[in-house]
Amino acid sequence: MADEKENIGDKKYKYSIIIPTYNERLNIAIIVYLIFKHLRDVDFEIIVVDDGSPDGTQDIVKQLQQLYGEDRILLRARAKKLGLGTAYIHGLKYATGDFVVIMDADLSHHPKYLPSFIKKQLETDASIVTGTRYVKDGGVHGWNLMRKLTSRGANVLAQTLLWPGVSDLTGSFRLYKKLVLEDVISSCVSKGYVFQMEMIVRASRKGYQIEEVPITFVDRVFGTSKLGGSEIVEYLKGLVYLLLTT
Amino acid sequence: MKHIVKILSLLVAISAFWIGLLQATIIPRSHTWLLPIYFVVSFGCYGLLMVGVGLMQFPTCPQEAVLLQKDITEAKEFFKHKGVDVGSD
Repeated sequence: MADEKENIGDKKYKYSIIIPTYNERLNIAIIVYLIFKHLRDVDFEIIVVDDGSPDGTQDIVKQLQQLYGEDRILLRARAKKLGLGTAYIHGLKYATGDFVVIMDADLSHHPKYLPSFIKKQLETDASIVTGTRYVKDGGVHGWNLMRKLTSRGANVLAQTLLWPGVSDLTGSFRLYKKLVLEDVISSCVSKGYVFQMEMIVRASRKGYQIEEVPITFVDRVFGTSKLGGSEIVEYLKGLVYLLLTT
Repeated sequence: MKHIVKILSLLVAISAFWIGLLQATIIPRSHTWLLPIYFVVSFGCYGLLMVGVGLMQFPTCPQEAVLLQKDITEAKEFFKHKGVDVGSD
């Protein structure tokens, strides 16, 4: 156990964790607590990109800044909901780390996996480490059968068409070398989860080394299927777009 | 090269092989004409099989929801002591 701490506490590198938020007043506090709990000996900063949440998310973040320090928690807000891709680009402008982690604020991504991302990257010198839910030590909780079927079908289709080299294409819990993220994000134009797919496929095409670590994903909305017909159409359009342009 | 070019090249190569088979008559012509259909159907079946197997083996983690609740409680306690008002969800 002492060994593990020495490996992770590699003060040579700094990690910037970008978390886009919208109405995550409670969750952002919990995420920050958990990040500090699991990254004790790591040099990191958390960049919260809030899109003008009406529920007081920014007030909470300011309180967290008082508690943990304004050098550890950066609040870089925007006026209104402007989308995920631009949120990352915005956060990147203020990132001073050697590596950038992107993750969701709704507790579906658990900070306890951050050490495994870091470790994997240090071991392999990968340009990107992406979390995958679809392997043995990973998993999903809160999806009904229909949701799992759609997910699996979508994945098989994407694997067949795109040969992406990763098992979880739509996942958004990732660690990037900062320069790699800057390079890849500049060439991506999609929105939503197709954006996450485009990022990883473009990175793969550019020849960046991508490694995977298992993560568990607890969906905040239990049981209900968030995938409607329009989402499926968007997904298929995204697949064809990626097939033709990457 | 672009990915689509790779895929098209693969399809062209397979088509060339098929046309070659047609001309060489190693396999009787009647069978050769049906080969593309066999290929597409097998391909489709394989895809469905992959979906089915993946669905059966879909990794789940019910214990994670419990652990998460514990973490949430722990965090809330911490913030209560530090005077940070996180309110309730």
